[in-house]
Amino acid sequence: MDALLHALNGIPVLGLVFQFVEYFITSLPFTAHVAVQLAVPICLAALCGVMCERSGVVNIGLEGIMLTCAFTGWFAGAVVTGVLGPGTPTPIFGFTVPLLLALVAAILAGMLLSLLHAWLSISVRADQIISGAIINIAAIGLTGYMNTLLSTQTLAATSNFSALRIPAAVAGFPVVGWLINALFGQGPIGIATVLIVIIFQILLFRSRWGLRTRSVGEHPRAAETVGIDVIRLRYRNVVMSGALAALGGAYLSMEATNAFQAGMTQGRGFIGLAAMIVGRWTPVGAFGAALLFASSQAISQSISVSPPPGDLGTLLSHVPTQFFDALPYLITIVVLAGLIGRSIAPAADGRPYQRESAS
Amino acid sequence: MSRPSEGRSPVASIVSSVWSLIAVPLLAVLMALVVGAVVIVLSSVLVLKNPFDPTLPLTAYSALALGAFGSYDSVVSTLVLTTPLLLAGLGVGIGFRAGLFNIGAQGQFLMGAVGSVAVAVWFAHTPAVIAIIAALLGGMIAGAAWGFVPGLLKATSGAHEVVTTIMMNYIALAVLAWIVIGPLRQPGSVSPATPSVGVAALPIVLDRSGHIGIFIAFLAVPIAWFLLFRTTRGFEIRAVGANPDAARYAGVKPRRLIVLTMSIAGMLAGLAGATTILGVTHQMNTTFSTSVGFDSITVALLGRSNPIGVMVAALLFGAMRAGAGPMQINAGIPVELVDFIQALILLFLIANVALRRLLRLRGVSGAEQTGFETITRSYGGETTG
Repeated sequence: MDALLHALNGIPVLGLVFQFVEYFITSLPFTAHVAVQLAVPICLAALCGVMCERSGVVNIGLEGIMLTCAFTGWFAGAVVTGVLGPGTPTPIFGFTVPLLLALVAAILAGMLLSLLHAWLSISVRADQIISGAIINIAAIGLTGYMNTLLSTQTLAATSNFSALRIPAAVAGFPVVGWLINALFGQGPIGIATVLIVIIFQILLFRSRWGLRTRSVGEHPRAAETVGIDVIRLRYRNVVMSGALAALGGAYLSMEATNAFQAGMTQGRGFIGLAAMIVGRWTPVGAFGAALLFASSQAISQSISVSPPPGDLGTLLSHVPTQFFDALPYLITIVVLAGLIGRSIAPAADGRPYQRESAS
Repeated sequence: MSRPSEGRSPVASIVSSVWSLIAVPLLAVLMALVVGAVVIVLSSVLVLKNPFDPTLPLTAYSALALGAFGSYDSVVSTLVLTTPLLLAGLGVGIGFRAGLFNIGAQGQFLMGAVGSVAVAVWFAHTPAVIAIIAALLGGMIAGAAWGFVPGLLKATSGAHEVVTTIMMNYIALAVLAWIVIGPLRQPGSVSPATPSVGVAALPIVLDRSGHIGIFIAFLAVPIAWFLLFRTTRGFEIRAVGANPDAARYAGVKPRRLIVLTMSIAGMLAGLAGATTILGVTHQMNTTFSTSVGFDSITVALLGRSNPIGVMVAALLFGAMRAGAGPMQINAGIPVELVDFIQALILLFLIANVALRRLLRLRGVSGAEQTGFETITRSYGGETTG
């Protein structure tokens, strides 16, 4: 603490700000690339949330769906590898047969869990927050249980998807090279996420499905009177959204790493929910918010890898690393508290729909 | 709660009203155990490639029951593990009564532990009574602060407590790691850990591990009951939970009540953390963690947010936690099974209407649903107040 005060003494604040801006710009190629990597799972969770909540179903079970799918993907990969052998990875993206089958298994698991949530929140008309909490607790329990059981077994090692290597000539291109490298120097799930954001945004606001989804989320009764099957559309959207959260989970255990760890989602599902709110329930907004949350972590990684020189470096080296660990969560709270009044949820969000004729 | 109906003896009507209260939770617990048994058998056959053994669940559950109630030692350890669940569960339950879903018991518990260990180190040279009271208060205040912030955010900006309390949980983890590695680290310790709480350690009054916090927790039950059902503030809390608009119309100030309720909930969870650090672990290291956060939610739901129900549910979960270790050692079933069973209990609780229709069960009334229907509202921009 004394050292921190000493470091602060005699440094003009303005100079520090300039030093930080300079450091930020020089480290941008690294930071941006890391930020997109960290944003991908958060963004996929947020997209799952957007799809659910736009059709009027709150889903806080994202975290659990991601965790389950991270486990399922890794476990299925290990089992299939054990049966079929590892296979030869393709030069781009490192696709192998076991890996692709495992991805399918993870997506199916995500859709199945979402189906449970859909049943509880649409048909049973249970409290949707509790339904989500159930999924989260069950995921922690079941994946932890299986992980402990499996720790006594020897499983075939799995590979993971590899990142697209952007040629140095493109990545080094002035002004835009770093951006191309950040967005597309990623693995298949990372690149798919960027594409899904764009497609989802267009579909949600420019297609018949999008119009119907939004109307079901805003005013289900009105939607029903013009002939939209509210219950069916909600079921379909919630189940489809499970595939998005599943991709987020698979990203963690099949692209970012090649192994599963208990509780490896570390709250990304919940941060995804916050990103959805901050992004005002739009896919592009959610992506932006996910990037915002991820960038604080990316900057802290950049600082620990190559600390900035001079006074700024002295100062930052006295900030405990735990502060940077807590930063995304702090930002989430601040942004939520600041934005929520101006960020309006779909009107029928979280309210079960009951047909007028039904008893 | 009891509604004596005509032509029945009072005893029969009490029995039937008690039955109608406990039938659904009881059924949920039983069904969860059955599904848990299926998982045990399936995972043993499919994952471990063991031969099919239908008695394995019985082995597991009997190891669990023996570990929880098999001896005086194990009963005391059940009570020790019940203590934090009971305190935090009461807090979450009071929150539910006010329509607040406090997922932050985890962080409030951890901050309570941090607060009490910090105070205990500070008060190391005072008489034990003063040190204990100060450390307990320190934990309660730290926990209350961790509940106060989401409450204030909800009241002023409408930020949903489900998201903010979860964020507070992660921030609490970072604070804990920093405290243990940084300011409160025991000088010269090999692995990062705080000094022992010293004189502030809670006296052991039962067997070898039964600290006095057990009595504090069980004493909190009548206090919480009195607060909820016999005071104006308690009435207001329940009114806001049942119908915020009507409550506001009747002169209740929901904003203030939200902050108050979240602070009380945080205080109770903080006390849970304090009793754990002062009565059980006596010091804090980087691996200090807890499952109290999620457990207390299930406890509150299972106990229908009624302090007496919460007490029964906390005992059940305390027993499951106490028996989980022996179950893993003696039957080879991972402790995480308890988490899964917990989720199943919740699932069968909220799906009970549909399940009873599905199973054609009769004689169970589903009317009493306080506690798990109107808990949450959407993230919508609407600010209560």
